[in-house]
This record gives sequence, structure tokens and C-alpha cells, in this order.
Amino acid sequence: MARAVTTQRKIINTLAAWAIGLLIFFPILWTILTSFKTEATAIADPPVFLFFDWTLENYSVVQERSDYMRFLWNSIIIAGGSTVLGVLIAVPAAWSMAFVPSKRTKDILLWMLSTKMLPAVGVLYPIYLIFIQTGMLDTRIGLTIVLTLINLPIIVWMLYTYFKEIPGEILEAARMDGASLREEILYVLTPMAVPGIASTVLLNIILAWNEAFWTLNLTAAKAAPLTAFIASYSSPEGLFYAKLSAASTMAIAPILILGWFSQKQLVRGLTFGAVK
Amino acid sequence: MATQHSRSAARIMMAPAVILLLGWMLVPLLMTLYFSFKRFLPLRGGDLGWVGFENYVRFVTSSAFWPSVQTTLIIVGGVLFITVIFGVLLALLLDQPMWGQGVVRILVIAPFFVMPTVSALVWKNMFMDPVNGLFAHLWKFFGATPVEWLSEASLTSIIMIVSWQWLPFATLILLTAIQSLDSEQLEAAEMDGAPSLSRFGYIVLPHLARAITIVLLIQTIFLLAIFAEIFVTTQGSFGTRTLTYLIFQRVLESQNVGLGSAGGIYAVILANIVAIFLMRIVGKNLDK
Repeated sequence: MARAVTTQRKIINTLAAWAIGLLIFFPILWTILTSFKTEATAIADPPVFLFFDWTLENYSVVQERSDYMRFLWNSIIIAGGSTVLGVLIAVPAAWSMAFVPSKRTKDILLWMLSTKMLPAVGVLYPIYLIFIQTGMLDTRIGLTIVLTLINLPIIVWMLYTYFKEIPGEILEAARMDGASLREEILYVLTPMAVPGIASTVLLNIILAWNEAFWTLNLTAAKAAPLTAFIASYSSPEGLFYAKLSAASTMAIAPILILGWFSQKQLVRGLTFGAVK
Repeated sequence: MATQHSRSAARIMMAPAVILLLGWMLVPLLMTLYFSFKRFLPLRGGDLGWVGFENYVRFVTSSAFWPSVQTTLIIVGGVLFITVIFGVLLALLLDQPMWGQGVVRILVIAPFFVMPTVSALVWKNMFMDPVNGLFAHLWKFFGATPVEWLSEASLTSIIMIVSWQWLPFATLILLTAIQSLDSEQLEAAEMDGAPSLSRFGYIVLPHLARAITIVLLIQTIFLLAIFAEIFVTTQGSFGTRTLTYLIFQRVLESQNVGLGSAGGIYAVILANIVAIFLMRIVGKNLDK
């Protein structure tokens, strides 16, 4: 009897969860579907869901007309570059805070976090001015530096929470065996830290890829990444649903896939280790 | 000896991150502070001298200020309300035994990975367009007149778009928190005959309180700063000009840098008030 009740409940749970899940996912699904339609089918009344002539034409048109590859390349360079740079700066810092903590470690960590909370718009003009004066406006290097700095606190934090979990006894044992600091880091810590670093990298790529304040305000034609490319579709002449959908699908697909791999780390990274 | 050695090494290893962040925080902030006390119009005469607190007074007394504060509060409040309520419900549902839990989780989380400009444009054109949008078709199907979402119900529309983006975040964090709940406690309560509503009220909700607080604080900080969603939909018209957007317009569109900088300082203070509470919670967690 009890078993029948749980099965029945499981069916209800499953149906409810799937219905809600599909509802939430629907805008993305609809975008992907529309990207395979012709412009006429895309605005057909009543709307067509699955039974239409699938076409890949939009994808080639988007690439031809707007040089999509350039924006994609900018996104890859900026997101990848800022992540690599950020991790290189953050690993030593997080390592020393996790393994050689001092009285001020906690204050430093919290202060770093507080810099992440400064509203970007509050420093928009100074950054804009610095960019103009140094010739960094609309350059990939400029944007890479800004994204490195805005995500650095999150990288340090995530790495810190991962490094914290590595047992200190292992380090002591290595030290007793006469390992130097360099050997300790290279042969003992690094292998244990790799999973944590990998998830930090993953989350940070996602955050940098989707960043849409500085990328919109500090780029024009040359260094614009996909966020800015998509924003150019907001003008009325860009109102072609199928092409907008194709461009959108291409812009979100890589990150959607990366994101699904990193859902667990997402919680830790975005709550600064407060929820695990 | 060894500790002394590693201590100074630690300091050197920390230095780049600390120095960079210190520079990133102080230099632009001090510049904003400097500009906020100046009459500074880059396209109309440049630096026109010190004006004391005039920009601060003018920013709060301009006719655009209070509406923008109101708009900000409505958007932040609306999104927080929707994401936390539905986030808790959704997390409770996803925690139940079911088939295909992993797939449903992926479906629910997906919107968080969509870049803001894409989600805003997809919603604006393909759902909220009064002629070709899916909502218009749906309304017509039921014999109603399609709504001009982004002009007639502009704030509701923005809240819908932003809630869709942030619901996954709330759900994911609350789900993680629920899963850390000791199931024996719940089972014991169930055996003692506690009805599910009181099990939720007395066990689950108190357990979730901290996670909910964290969701509220983190989201508030990000929501105070939403930009792209407004930039590509209404451009601040139809009553959707938030404080962030107002400052953006003062600085880059009308190039009144002094006035915009004063607004920027207000935004920094506002964000810091929220941040202090968040830091307390995070800080407490560090001691464990």
C-alpha cells in the first residue's frame, strides 16, 4: 500500500517538475527552433512549432552579413584571457591565504569581496576616461584587463574555499620529508588543487562571457564581443526573428554546455562559499 | 625559521592580487569623487571649476531622481519576491523523488547561462512583440487584444525578463541548501505525525533562512546594477529608468560628468549598505 502511494507521488512529482522545467526552458527552446525557420515561418500566424522546413540558411547569412566569427573570436579572447590572467594572479594569493593564514586573512578576503560589490556605473566615467587616454577603448586587451579585475575577487574566493579543503597534514608531512616550498607547491598541492582550479576556470569563463555592462560601454566595432553583437539587433532594422535566433543560439550554445557541467561549482562560486 | 620564511613568501604571493584590486577600487572611485565636486561637461567647455556639493543636491532634486529610485525599488523588490517564492517552491519540488531529475535540473538552470542581451532581445521580440510575439498570438487565441508589453506594462515586462534570468540562481542555491538538510529529522517529524505544512514551517523554512538571506543579498547587489536588460529593451523610457540607468545617461549620453559622478557616489553608498549585511554572513561563515 505504502509503495503504491510513493509511486503515485513520484509520477505526480515527475509530471509537475517536467512541466515547469520545460516552461522555464521554453524561451531557449523557442529561440533554437526559430533559428531553423525561414523569416516567413518565424512570424507565421498561428506560430509553427516543429513541423516546418528546417533550414540552416540563417546561420550562414548571420556569418556573412555581420562577420559573426570576429565577435565570437573577441568573446573567446576576452573571456579566456581574463580567466587565465585572473587565475594566474589568484592562485598564489589564495594559496597563501589558505595555508599561511594570518590575523588579517579574513579581513583581506572580505575586503576583496567588497570590491566586487561596487556598482560599475559608479566608476563608468573614470574607466572610460582612462581607456581613452591610454588608447584602450575598443581594444581586446583593455576589456580583458577590466574583466580580470572585476572577476578577480570571485576567483580568489573560489580557489580559497577549494584550497581550504586540502588537509594541512599532507603539507606538513611533505615539509618533514624535506620538500622545499617550490616542491611542495609543484608536487603536493597542484595535483590536489587541479579540480578546484578547473571549476573556477569554468565558472569564470561563463561570467566573463556573459558580462554585459563593460562590454557594451567600452567597445565599438573592433573589440565588441557577442554580448555587444547581439545588442546591435535591438535596432528596428535588425528585426528578423530567424536571424536574431540564429545569432542568439550561436552566442549562448557554448556557454550553455559549459554551464551544465559546472552547476555544482556555480553555487559555491556565486555565494562565496557561504552555501556549498 | 621555516614559518618565518613561508610567511614572507605568502605576503609576496598575495601582493599582486591585493595591489591590483586596491588600485582598481581606489583610482576610479577617487576620480568619481573628484568629478562629483566639479562642474564637468566634456563636450561643453570641459572642467568648469569646483562647485562643492551642488551636483549632489542637483542629482537628488532633479525631477528624474525619485521616479528612478521608485523604479529601482519596484524592479528589485518585484524580482526578489518572485524569485524567492518560486525558488523555494521549485527547490522543494526538485528535491522530491522523480524520474529524470538531472534533466529537469538542467532545464531549470539554463536561463542563468543566457547572456543578458540575448534574453532581453528574445523576450522583447519573440514573446512581447505586440504583433508577432508569442504572447500576442496567445492573447488573440483567447480573443483578447494583444498587450504592448514594453510600453503599456513596461515595468512588469522588465521584472518578468529579469526574474526569468535569476530564478535559476535562487532555485539552485535553495536546492543545495535543502539537500543539506538532515533527512532523519524530517522523517522523525513525519513519524510523529507532523503534517507536511508544519514540517515545512518548523523544519525546512528555518533551515533555509540563511540561504534565503544570502540569495536576497547577492541578488540585490546584482539587481541594483542591471543594465543590459533595459539598454536593449526600453532604453529607460516608459518609466523603466533605474538609478543605474539614470547615472549612465547623465554620464555618457548627456555627458554631464559632474552630475553623473555624484549619482555614482550615491549608488556606491546604496550598494555598500546592502553589502555590509552580506559580508557579515559570509564573514561568520569563514570562522567555521
